[in-house]
Amino acid sequence: MNWGEFFNMGGYALYVWGSYLLATVILGLNIWLPLRKYRRQQRKIRHANETTP
Amino acid sequence: MIFQKYAAPKYFYPLAGKCLPWFAWLSMIALTIGLYLGLFVAPPDYQQGETVRIMFVHVPAAWMSMFVYALMAGAAAIGLVWKIKLTDTFIAASAPIGASFTLLALLTGSLWGKPMWGAWWVWDARLTSELILLFLYLGFMSLQSAIDDPRRAARAGAVLLLIGVINLPVIHYSVEWWNTLHQPASVARVDGPRIHSSILTPLLVMAIAFKLFFVNVVLIRMRSAILDNEADSRWLKEQGA
Repeated sequence: MNWGEFFNMGGYALYVWGSYLLATVILGLNIWLPLRKYRRQQRKIRHANETTP
Repeated sequence: MIFQKYAAPKYFYPLAGKCLPWFAWLSMIALTIGLYLGLFVAPPDYQQGETVRIMFVHVPAAWMSMFVYALMAGAAAIGLVWKIKLTDTFIAASAPIGASFTLLALLTGSLWGKPMWGAWWVWDARLTSELILLFLYLGFMSLQSAIDDPRRAARAGAVLLLIGVINLPVIHYSVEWWNTLHQPASVARVDGPRIHSSILTPLLVMAIAFKLFFVNVVLIRMRSAILDNEADSRWLKEQGA
């Protein structure tokens, strides 16, 4: 397989890769933001449990 | 009843926690296979060339935008009738995910429309009804944040969701009811799909991947919301999060 051809996408690179980039950003934010909040909550609870037995 | 038992946050919370890693792994695997098939195996279309690969994110995102809305409306109906608190948690957790899938469908549609139709946007029935779906999601979310009493917010939100359901058949049939640039359905047809399996398989794998991804994110968001709401509950302190 020719990688140059692959990335060129028959001249439609901007549109095809733009779509996949947007999908990556939107799906990425979808998982990253809630996961960050969720992990903070878990840490806080664990911390609270350790300090007040 | 087993359903009602697991609808209690006390039982749902640990159950969701056990399911989470499974959905995380399954969605990663499905996404990897779908991307491989879509980018490397699927042939370019004879008319649209390589732009057909946009379909593998565009169509699953568009399907999800409607699927998530239908789930939210279904949960809203159940919540109105049986007053189950968990349905409100589910709806609130789903709304931003559904909205982002709708946005992704619109944006990738725009990126596909420009090279194929020569325009980023046209006021066409399919595009307009999908844009209305985005506004329904955003309207629902701002309504939720505008009403302080959580019960009243849930009731008002449920009514909005149920009225908005009328938009779903409009989106689906828009390509048949009106003259539009958007191509008609080629998968969800009464007489079966009309796409070759080399294109259909990656499309369906990506659709499954998006569904698994949605379950994964919604479970995280629901667990977060339960932690917020039940911070003082004894069961949570006993379980230790």
